[in-house]
Formats: sequence, structure tokens, C-alpha cells
Amino acid sequence: CPSDIISTVEFNHTGELLATGDKGGRVVIFQREPESKTEPFSQGEYNVYSTFQSHEPEFDYLKSLEIEEKINKIRWLPQQNAAHFLLSTNDKTIKLWKVSERDKRPEGYNLKDEEGRIKDISTVTSLQVPVLKPMDLMVEVSPRRVFANAHTYHVNSISVNSDYETYMSADDLRINLWHLDITDRSFNIVDIKPANMEDLTEVITAAEFHPHHCNLFVYSSSKGTLRLCDMREAALCDKHSKLFEEPEDPSARSFFSEIISSVSDVKFSHSGRYLLTRDYLTAKVWDLNMESKPLETYQVHDYLRSKLCSLYENDCIFDKFECAWNGSDSVIMTGAYNNFFRMFDRNTKRDVTLEASRESSKPRAVLKPRRVCAAGGKRRKDDISVDSLDFTKKILHTAWHPTENIIAIAATNNLYIFQDKLNSEMH
Amino acid sequence: ITTNMECAVDAQSLISISLMKIHNSRTQRGGIKLHKNLLVSYVLRNARQVYIKEKYAEIYRMQQYEEVRTVCNEIQELNPLDLDSEDADDEDQARAACCGDETSLCHRGAAQPAVHVRAPSTLLGCCPFEDSSKESEPCEYRSCCMEASPVSHFDPFSADNIRHCNKTTVLDLDTHVVTTVENGYLHQDCCCDALQGGQGAQSPAKKRKGEFGGCVSEAEDVSDFTAARKRAKREDCSYSNPDYTETSNISNLISIFGSGFSGLLSRQADLEQICSKQALAGLGAWTRAIVAF
Repeated sequence: CPSDIISTVEFNHTGELLATGDKGGRVVIFQREPESKTEPFSQGEYNVYSTFQSHEPEFDYLKSLEIEEKINKIRWLPQQNAAHFLLSTNDKTIKLWKVSERDKRPEGYNLKDEEGRIKDISTVTSLQVPVLKPMDLMVEVSPRRVFANAHTYHVNSISVNSDYETYMSADDLRINLWHLDITDRSFNIVDIKPANMEDLTEVITAAEFHPHHCNLFVYSSSKGTLRLCDMREAALCDKHSKLFEEPEDPSARSFFSEIISSVSDVKFSHSGRYLLTRDYLTAKVWDLNMESKPLETYQVHDYLRSKLCSLYENDCIFDKFECAWNGSDSVIMTGAYNNFFRMFDRNTKRDVTLEASRESSKPRAVLKPRRVCAAGGKRRKDDISVDSLDFTKKILHTAWHPTENIIAIAATNNLYIFQDKLNSEMH
Repeated sequence: ITTNMECAVDAQSLISISLMKIHNSRTQRGGIKLHKNLLVSYVLRNARQVYIKEKYAEIYRMQQYEEVRTVCNEIQELNPLDLDSEDADDEDQARAACCGDETSLCHRGAAQPAVHVRAPSTLLGCCPFEDSSKESEPCEYRSCCMEASPVSHFDPFSADNIRHCNKTTVLDLDTHVVTTVENGYLHQDCCCDALQGGQGAQSPAKKRKGEFGGCVSEAEDVSDFTAARKRAKREDCSYSNPDYTETSNISNLISIFGSGFSGLLSRQADLEQICSKQALAGLGAWTRAIVAF
């Protein structure tokens, strides 16, 4: 069912909740079960907490365009009271949702009965004070804000500021700054639309606020560049503070050089010191203090370099893979094809390829590392040949728990949650 | 980007595939994806660059061959006591410099057999198969690829000339419009230039027989070319210098199918309809034009 395809995955700030959005506009929230002393193996499992319809398909009559209901991104707000808040966005509209629990209900009303029907007042002989009685847990979700009509192009990113008051939304050509309480106004802080659209050479592909400095944000472009902007410098941040760009290797030029250098995702490290970017074939770690080239480059699936032509024909070359840091910024993770995902340890320089599939992962079984070998190359048992890869099984969205070694992997319409039981603590 | 012949073939199919993607994106749910179409236009530009480079290289090879032939002919016919020999040399050189005929186009691998007789390849280079015995009149019509110079003074096929070649000629088989572009500007067809007063060559302008195709000399043909030239100038179609900047790459490619990015992002339903039709019309013409090239 195509509307079940998961389009975004995001842990909240404590890792207690995990939200997924899908192509059908639905959001499913999972909650981690508290550790149980009696059943040690059931500790920390995620179960469905709430499901709701976030966005519906819309039709823009003026432009004769259908607006997809697919959820492009979900971002949690830091928790400030008992309720949880998250932002979800499709191509055009961002919504703020309140997720709250109800586990008590008032009983003993004077004027209405248990079913809520108005009592016949003549039957009321005495007054009682209603009391709160426990009930089965109910999770209520309600839309608190709708931020609409601010984007002409397709929204690709949202990011909550560390000031907990503002957030930004980015489309192909513009980035807008919002106040969480104000829906009828937003400030445009980046605009790269050229005066003549025929002069267009690049678009914005992702944007994120710095985790600690509320005035700094970064955005990536289809040309493979990153721009760090400081909102204190100017109202319109068209001029960057820093430009991160790696010079192109002229000997590696091909028909598809521009496509494979387009950055599909950018993430600040938890420390705020590094940036992680993903383009079609690599993942790169950048030091905020070094603009000339990345600190580290990791080959995700370089064996695809000779297959770019067929990947262009079947549109796979346009797939946008996301990337993630672990809590201590020592390991990075990103998805690939054939339901494979990759992890790179920045310290040991070791990497592993794992598979998210029903067949290869029974509950509580240890994941077996996988290997892709070149066609016709020396093949070990269980290796997969490049030509046998299933390009319809792509892992575009992954998330890492903020403090523990728990990862969430979206494989088409299935969500896999893996935990490292031996090494629960991050190191 | 490698430029061997194999790549050029791939370039052609890449161009078709890319145009198809752009066309299909108009009907995709959720509206036109700006990012994807931008990336596809980069592939279009890259493929076109390779394709054109390969064609130039091929023409250069052909002209090199003809140069060798010319020299051999000169050596054979040279007779120091013959006062007319110099004229004969000029004739041969000039004839070699002449626009080739349509057979050469076919031999260069164009797929379409129904190429119009007034093929632009005639403007691009000589015909290696021309028999020197056919026509004794000197011809001063020269290849568009060469800088304008008097016939007798230089070897028209020197490498330097080829390197200075900065003109592109395309035939649109639908409209039979011949468009020549130099440094991004639409240019008069060379034949028209020659017919309209010559290029200062020593020999008077002479008419050529129609069997040679290409540079025709009848009055009505001249007016056809003039008309075509005027039409070409009016068309919103500009091909830029091979050493163009990135922005002109994208804009030129978009101009090709007649609607531009503004067409892709049209906000009115009816306008979008029109742009679709334009894009479709342009799409076919461009694809056919490439094949003829």
C-alpha cells in the first residue's frame, strides 16, 4: 500500500517517544515501555502510543495543483509540561500538534448522568462534588497551530530553534522564520530565487538550526555547498557567514556529477561542533572551523558509481538519503539500497553494513553484518553482488536515540527498531 | 567528460531520457519538483556538450581527410610550365571548400534518410566524395566553420581554423529552418553571405549546380534562406557559445522546449496547458533536430 510508506522518523528529546510520518499524511507515535523488573527482556520496547491524521490531500485551484499529504518532516519541541508537542509538515503547510494523556475522568456530576445526558432536575435530591477517577489511558492529539500559505515551493525541512520560541521552514528557494505562537506572519530569512527563473542554478535542499546558538543555522544546496548563516548579522541572511565547499575533482566528472553532489541531508552534531552531510554516494563530516573541505568522507556505496546511468534512468539517482549522529557524535549512520544501512565509527574508522528485513532479523537476534561485492569479484558466502541489489528497497530515513544505542530504521512501510543490549550506554 | 564516440551515442539517449523526465514531471502528483528538474537540466547540458564536441571532432576528422586529398591532388596536377595551374589549384581548393552534398550527411551517420536537400551539413564542411571532374567552375562558398577569408590565400582546412570554429548550425526537420549561431548570436547563413556580395574573394561569385545541394544560387532559394534566417531570429531560441557560463547553460536548455522554468512553474491552469503544448511541440522538434545533426 503506497500510502503506508514511511517518509520521516524522529525521536523526541528524551528518546521516550518516536514519531513516524507516512505518505498518506498519518503520524504514528511509539512510546518506550518503562523497564520492568519482573520481565527484564521487555524493557525498553516501543509500542504504539497514538495515531492520527496530520495532513490531508489538498487542491490548489488557482495553480491547478494537487498538494500531497505526505509528511516530509516531523520535529519535536522540547518538553515543557506534561504534554508533548510536535511539528509536522507536508509540501506546503506546517502544523503544531499537542499530544496529551488523559488517565482520569471526572465522575459524579450533578446535572448529567454517566452517559452525559442531562438529568431530570426533579430527580436531583442532593448535591455531590464530582471526583476524578482513574480510567484507561487515552492519548489525545489536537492541532494547536496551522502555519500555512508561506511557501510557494516544496517544504523540505523544519527545525526548532534552541530558544524554544521560534522555528524555521525551508523550501527549494526560501527559508522562513516563525514564532510558534503566531501563524499569520513569518519572516523570510533566506531567499535565493533569481530575478529570472531561467538563471536558476541551485536550490536549498535542507536546513537546520545550531543546537545551542539560537542565532546560527545552516542550509545545504543542490550544488553540494553548505552555508552557515548568522541571524544577528542581517535581517535577510542571503550572505553567508561561512561557506563549506569541497572543490570538484575534475578527473571524476561525468554526466551526473551535479546530481551526485547534491546534498540530501545536513545534521549538526550534538556538540554543535560538526556537520554531517549526505550526498548520493558519500557521507561527510565537516568541522565548523574548516570551510575548505570536509574533515572525513565515508563511502556509503561507491560500487554504484559505475551504474549511475541506469540509476538515472530508473530515477533512483534522485533518492534523498538522510543521515544521523549517535548521542556521543562518535558514530554516524545512513541508509542505502536492498534495505541495507551503514554505520561508520569515526574513532576506530570501522564500518558495518546491516540489513533491515523480516527474514534476517528475528526479534532479539543479533544482526549479521552484510557485504556487497563487485559483480564478478571474489565472493564470500552470504555476500550480495551489486547486480542483485534490490533498488526498490531503500532506506531513506533513519534515526538514533539521543542518548542510548537504539536506532529506528524505516524500510518502505516497515519500521525496525534495533537496540544494542550489550552496549546500552553510549561511548 | 570523455568524448569518444560511444559516449556521444549515450549522450543522445541521455538527452531523450532527460527530456522525457521533464515532460513527465508536469503530470506528477504534487506539482513540478523544482529540484529534480534542475538536476535533469544539468544532465541535459552535459550530454549536449559531449554530443556537440563529438560532432565537431568528427567534422574535423573529415576535413583533415579532405585536406590530405587536396594536397595529393595538388601534387599530381602541379605543372610549373602550365600557366593555368594556379587557377586549377584554386578551383580544387575552392571546390574542396565547397559545401558538400547530402550524401556526406548520410555517410556521417545521420539516421534520417529524408534529410532535406538544403542540408546544413553542406554549410559545415566539404564533401569528401566530390569528384573534381564534375564542375570546373570555382566555388567560393565556404564552410561555416571557417573564418571568412579569401580562398586563394590559405588552406581552408588548417587546424587553426577548426579551432576557431565557434559556429553551430542546426536543421529543424519540422520547419526546415536552418539556424546558425555564432558566439551566442544568431548568424546569417554563410551561403546567404556569399550570395549577397561575396567575401572579397578573387573569383567572381558563380552559381553552383543544384546537384551539389547546399549552397543554392537560384533567387528563390536565396529568398528562402533569407526568410528562414528571419524566422530563426524571431524564434526565442538561442544556443550559446560552447564555453558558456552555467547560468546560460540552464537557460538555453530551457529555451529549447519553449517554455522556460517560468513555464514549468506556471501559476495559471490555462497557461500551463499552453506551455505543455509548446513543450511537446518543442520536444519533438529538438529530438528530431538532434538526430539530423
